[in-house]
Amino acid sequence: MPHRYAIRVLEAANCIILGKDRELRLALSCLIARGHLLIEDIPGVGKTTLAHVIARLIGLHFQRIQFTSDLLPADIVGVSIFDRETGSFRFHPGPVFSQLILADEINRATPKTQSALLEAMEERQVTADSETHPLPDPFFVIATQNPSHQIGTFPLPESQLDRFLLRIRLGYPDRSAERALLMGEDRRELLERQRAVIQPDDLLAMQQAAHAITVSERLVDYIQALLASTRHSPELAAGLSPRAGLGLIAAARAWALIEGRDHVLPEDIQTVFPHVAAHRMHSAVDGRSVTPEVLGQLIRDVPVV
Amino acid sequence: MRDARSPAPAQFGWLLAAVAATLAPHAMELPYWLVILCAGLIAIRGALLWRRGTPPRQLLILLVAVAAGIGVRFEFGHFFGKDPGVALLAVLLCLKLLESRNTRDLRAAVLLAYFLQLGLFFYNQTPGIAALALAGSLLTTTSLLSLEDAAARPAAQLRASALLLAQGLPFMLVLFVLFPRVQGPLWGLPTDAYSGMTGLSDTMTPGSISQLGLSDAIAFRAEFNGAPPPPSRRYWRGPVLTRYDGRSWRPGFSTIAAAPRYQPSGRAYEYRLTLEPHNQPWLLALDFPAANIPKARYAGDYRLLAEQPVRARTRFDLRSYPATAVGKDESTIVLAEARRLPANFNPRSTALAHEIAAGTSDPATILARALERMRGMDLTYTLSPPLLGTHSVDEFLFDTRQGFCEHFASAFVFLMRAAGVPARVVTGYQGGEINPVDGSLVVRQSDAHAWAEVWLAERGWIRVDPTALSAPARIESGLSAALQDWDALPLLRRPGMDWLRDVRYRWEALSNTWNQWVLGYNPERQRDLLERIGFPQPDWRTLAMLLGISAAGLMMMLLAWAFAQRHRHDPLDAAWARFSGKLARHGAARHPWEGPLDYGKRLAMTFPEHAEPLRSISEGYANLRYGAEPANPHRVRLLARSIRRLKLK
Repeated sequence: MPHRYAIRVLEAANCIILGKDRELRLALSCLIARGHLLIEDIPGVGKTTLAHVIARLIGLHFQRIQFTSDLLPADIVGVSIFDRETGSFRFHPGPVFSQLILADEINRATPKTQSALLEAMEERQVTADSETHPLPDPFFVIATQNPSHQIGTFPLPESQLDRFLLRIRLGYPDRSAERALLMGEDRRELLERQRAVIQPDDLLAMQQAAHAITVSERLVDYIQALLASTRHSPELAAGLSPRAGLGLIAAARAWALIEGRDHVLPEDIQTVFPHVAAHRMHSAVDGRSVTPEVLGQLIRDVPVV
Repeated sequence: MRDARSPAPAQFGWLLAAVAATLAPHAMELPYWLVILCAGLIAIRGALLWRRGTPPRQLLILLVAVAAGIGVRFEFGHFFGKDPGVALLAVLLCLKLLESRNTRDLRAAVLLAYFLQLGLFFYNQTPGIAALALAGSLLTTTSLLSLEDAAARPAAQLRASALLLAQGLPFMLVLFVLFPRVQGPLWGLPTDAYSGMTGLSDTMTPGSISQLGLSDAIAFRAEFNGAPPPPSRRYWRGPVLTRYDGRSWRPGFSTIAAAPRYQPSGRAYEYRLTLEPHNQPWLLALDFPAANIPKARYAGDYRLLAEQPVRARTRFDLRSYPATAVGKDESTIVLAEARRLPANFNPRSTALAHEIAAGTSDPATILARALERMRGMDLTYTLSPPLLGTHSVDEFLFDTRQGFCEHFASAFVFLMRAAGVPARVVTGYQGGEINPVDGSLVVRQSDAHAWAEVWLAERGWIRVDPTALSAPARIESGLSAALQDWDALPLLRRPGMDWLRDVRYRWEALSNTWNQWVLGYNPERQRDLLERIGFPQPDWRTLAMLLGISAAGLMMMLLAWAFAQRHRHDPLDAAWARFSGKLARHGAARHPWEGPLDYGKRLAMTFPEHAEPLRSISEGYANLRYGAEPANPHRVRLLARSIRRLKLK
């Protein structure tokens, strides 16, 4: 029996984003695992809609930040402005002080601006003028980036990519889903009418429940074997870090929670593994990101114990 | 201090069980008052445990100990030897149990219990005793384990201690086979070692052999190389009795030599005789043993003698020639003794003898006539003959007319002597039964027999069995066939007890194997064995080297097994491997990387008609293997069973 909150969210989301159940589940897992999501795809496949849908269904406060080359860190985190009445500086929080942030085309901004967001993501707080401001909870960042190496982009370095728990691609819808999309109502209107199906507190409860999901010793054996195989693979420039291993467990726990289980299975690991691993590793041959085939082979090389 | 903890009830319970199991087999050997005392002490300890009471005062325990010591001194007269020693240890063990307050006390009791299990072998070394001692060790080891971990489940503790003992087993075997052997039992104390051995004695009075007839104990076993002789020819010679004082028969003059006084001839029977200890030198060989038997001597009356009384179970490889003619050149001394009769005894029989001998001086004719007369006298063969007075032969032949073999033999020899023909009584065993389980011939005390030998000038000593005149079945088929009153027979000799007899045959075959291979494993056998596996002339250095190598090898094997065990022996893994193995035979092997649920889904698609069990098995496995709770053994067994029962078309 899948988790009841998860059913509600996924059912509603599938009515708006057609034919992307798996990606929706992964996005929800990422949210439950308190991670951040990176969506890498061409424009127009529904990245923004996805972020909107999630914010809407859970009733999260939503902000969209369009990254451009002239975006400054202060535009994200906020500024301190001198208040003449009180005679002191007052902090004006930026758009990062929201529960769900869509950081659109994150690779268009300068590295300095990028890292302002990424630091906020990691630390869940913002420090401005030696004052610390905690970010809201839940706090979920969905960043999108275009895959092609376009002119005027600053690709995120590996160390920054590591801040994202999962990376997904939406891809084109299949034929029937696309037909339904083309013939159906405007997505924007649908979204406007959609009410929240769970509350942010429910999400916090799910996050806590995911933490209690059992990871047996045998499963840890399997995870370690999988991590070791990434480190020994001749196809990869470098293997997965221990942080990636933790991310793997967190994402698999969330996935298992959505599936309605109280323990993680090797299948859960195998499901989330490509999305945890892909953006953290590079091919040893051409330095590009690893292909799904390589990731599939990695999984097939490690026996389930 | 860890050992100062006060023990948990479960730990005490194990030790109580261990002590009870250790002392129970001792009850047969201990004085009855001591058995009652020990049982009482154990019961008190059990009651204290139940009521959670505190142990009695030290002074009281000391007093009981002193009193028990005095009792033992009175019972045995001294404190030396195994009997008083074991008795004291048994009481002290129970008292230790009673006064135990902490774990260290229990440890001491555990060690004592181990020692008393060893003490069981002081009395006898049968497989039964070994099994009892093993059961005691198992419980004692369990209680030792429980002292380390009071929380474990009883079944798990029993299993762990059984595993420990099983791991010790190969080392025990190696030590048994290779440790230098000592001839004879280590604890053979002269005072009490040879008491209680039964068997034929060298005197015969009316009733002495019928007493043996009541005993089911085994006298000896014979394993024939080939077919054994027919029952009527199985005469195993014991003491030959020539001197007669009117009531009892005693051995007469006899030489002892290194070679027989006859030329063996006719058909030979080869056999291996395993004698139970009877504390006498005679070997009870079948008539007439061949020459040159190692470690044996030959008596003038054709007995085969050992160099020393048989005080331990001993084996002899023998050969006998039943058809040999003996005694044509018998010495005059022996013949004179064989004619002598005490005066003024049995007047009626003497008269009968004179009547038989009237008109002839040919011993063969007299013999034939005497046999004829005795056959016509309507004598009854019985295990419980009436008591006889002074003129025992007269009373037997003319009044009571009921007797056992010694009566028949005694009367017949008397008649022959009174008629002037040399004759004597031979005692020994006759018959024996083949154990169908291992084919060995078992001769019991109840097969004890007495017959006669008559000397004819032209033929020498010939065997005459007067019992056969009245009870031919005794000779052909044994005691039970010849008797009418079964009540007096040992239980297992009665007809209609076939199933019981079958059980006994099996048990005796087992004991025989045990005797031959465990108790009979002496220095010679050890040498034989080592020579057979390629170590000629093994000395202690060879033994030590072999011992060291075997022990080291065993240790390595045990280690390797323990390492393999860590992964392989998990029953859940085994069940899952069995499942995928079963499906692999149907062309649906699990891919190594495939998780259980994915595999279950694939199987359900491959075998849609079995989708339900396949899916539930794989889900069950996934739950047990990766689930929140540690795998419940019961559910693992259920899963394993459903995997076993799974049948694919």
